[in-house]
Amino acid sequence: MIQLERVTKTYPKASRPSLDDVSVSIEKGEFVFFIGPSGSGKSTMIKLLLHEVTPTKGKVLVNSKDVTAMRSWRIPAFRRSIGCVFQDFRLLPNRTAFENVAFALEVIGKSKAVARRVVPEVLELVGLGGKEHRYPQELSGGEQQRVAVARAFVNRPLILLADEPTGNLDPDTSIEIMRLLDRINRTGTTVVMVTHDSNIVNQMRRRVIEIEGGRIVRDQPRGVYG
Amino acid sequence: MMRVKYVLTEVLTGLWRNVTMTVAMIITMAVSLTMLGAGVLLYWQVNEMETFFNTKVEVSIFLRTDVTEEQRNGLQSDLKADPLVREVNYESSEQAYENFRKLYADAPDLVESVKADTLPQSFRVKLKDPQQFQAVSDKYRARPGIDEIVDQRQLLGKVFGILNSMQNLALVVAIVQGVAALLLVANTIQVAAYSKRREVAVMKLVGASNWFIQAPFVLEAVFAGLIGSLLAFITLVLAKWLLIDGSLKSLASLLTPVPWSRIFLMLPILAGIGSLISAVTGWITLRFYVRV
Repeated sequence: MIQLERVTKTYPKASRPSLDDVSVSIEKGEFVFFIGPSGSGKSTMIKLLLHEVTPTKGKVLVNSKDVTAMRSWRIPAFRRSIGCVFQDFRLLPNRTAFENVAFALEVIGKSKAVARRVVPEVLELVGLGGKEHRYPQELSGGEQQRVAVARAFVNRPLILLADEPTGNLDPDTSIEIMRLLDRINRTGTTVVMVTHDSNIVNQMRRRVIEIEGGRIVRDQPRGVYG
Repeated sequence: MMRVKYVLTEVLTGLWRNVTMTVAMIITMAVSLTMLGAGVLLYWQVNEMETFFNTKVEVSIFLRTDVTEEQRNGLQSDLKADPLVREVNYESSEQAYENFRKLYADAPDLVESVKADTLPQSFRVKLKDPQQFQAVSDKYRARPGIDEIVDQRQLLGKVFGILNSMQNLALVVAIVQGVAALLLVANTIQVAAYSKRREVAVMKLVGASNWFIQAPFVLEAVFAGLIGSLLAFITLVLAKWLLIDGSLKSLASLLTPVPWSRIFLMLPILAGIGSLISAVTGWITLRFYVRV
């Protein structure tokens, strides 16, 4: 599903590479944690998978497509197969929960009728049934992140990328979000999550890949934070 | 269908959100396009006047009062045989006086004071190529009996000079205002893109196509360009109505008429130029500056 082949990424003006000769293979349906200290290169990993940055060396394959060789006009279509959740939620403040999720459908050309049918379903799935017409500032942090997960999942992506999705949430809320991601993973969606949160990693007991100084120092199938 | 509606709504809210900038953009665009239109109209006009007058323009060979009949006849037959000359007409003092009286009919005092024999007799020569005046002048100037050789084109040259500098001035103003308009377009789009940065980030994240993200911004600029060209067109219509057909009407015999069809032709031209240039500026701003 996701393959990094000897990927090196050096940002312009950086003294050392953010990722240094990294090779990873992630299968369809896996749930993978990327852990490591700040600046270890975890977020670069997400950016590479989204084609926000291109590797200096090496190949990135997503859905067996070579992302590095992809023409820029194909990137939008490619991103539709990937859902994305961030620490800061990235919701539109002037739109309700329903509208935020529907927006993701509308801007890729789905009709209003499709949105009316699909959005309540997915909001129900993330546990926000009945709160469709609340604005983000009327929702708690955990609820906002649920909206973001709903938006990422509404197009039924093959891959869900989560960049520290619990970074702004208290432990209990974090666990709820993790249950949600776990449920999404059980539908067959590959989940890749970057995190600092040792509690969560230890509880989930999923594959853990630890990065330090741009290199993979550990890759355990049912790992803990360590 | 629904995407079209979305884009149009975005364009209108975008223009309204930033209404002072939109107005500034439209005004500069209108001034620039008016000047461009005026410049183009003047250019056509001057060209047309040049061909018009070149067919009419004459070289006048004024004869001395003491010219002999022999000298005059010799000159006439030489002129008729000259390959540079298309047509030769003799104008006697009496005919000159007739013309003079007609021309100054509204100034009888002046006509009174001039006697028929004080006006010189002359040959009115039309050249095959009006540019060849110097050659003709050099050939005949030294001949006895000739007082003066006058090229009417030189008189017209001054008029054309004025028209040409008006045209250049209009084009310079058009360019300067055009640059200002483009900078305003670029600025407006930057502001618009900034105020919609969250939406744009989400759209990119969920894989909205590039044209869909960029279209509202580019169309805002195109819309301003179209309104600007419409205002410019209205200004040109008013100029034709109030100036050319109004207060400058007395010059109508000198200036060839500016037909309405030509004014109307300026609408599609200005609209095309205005919207195309705004669209390109908008697109370049997005692509290279804002990176939307």
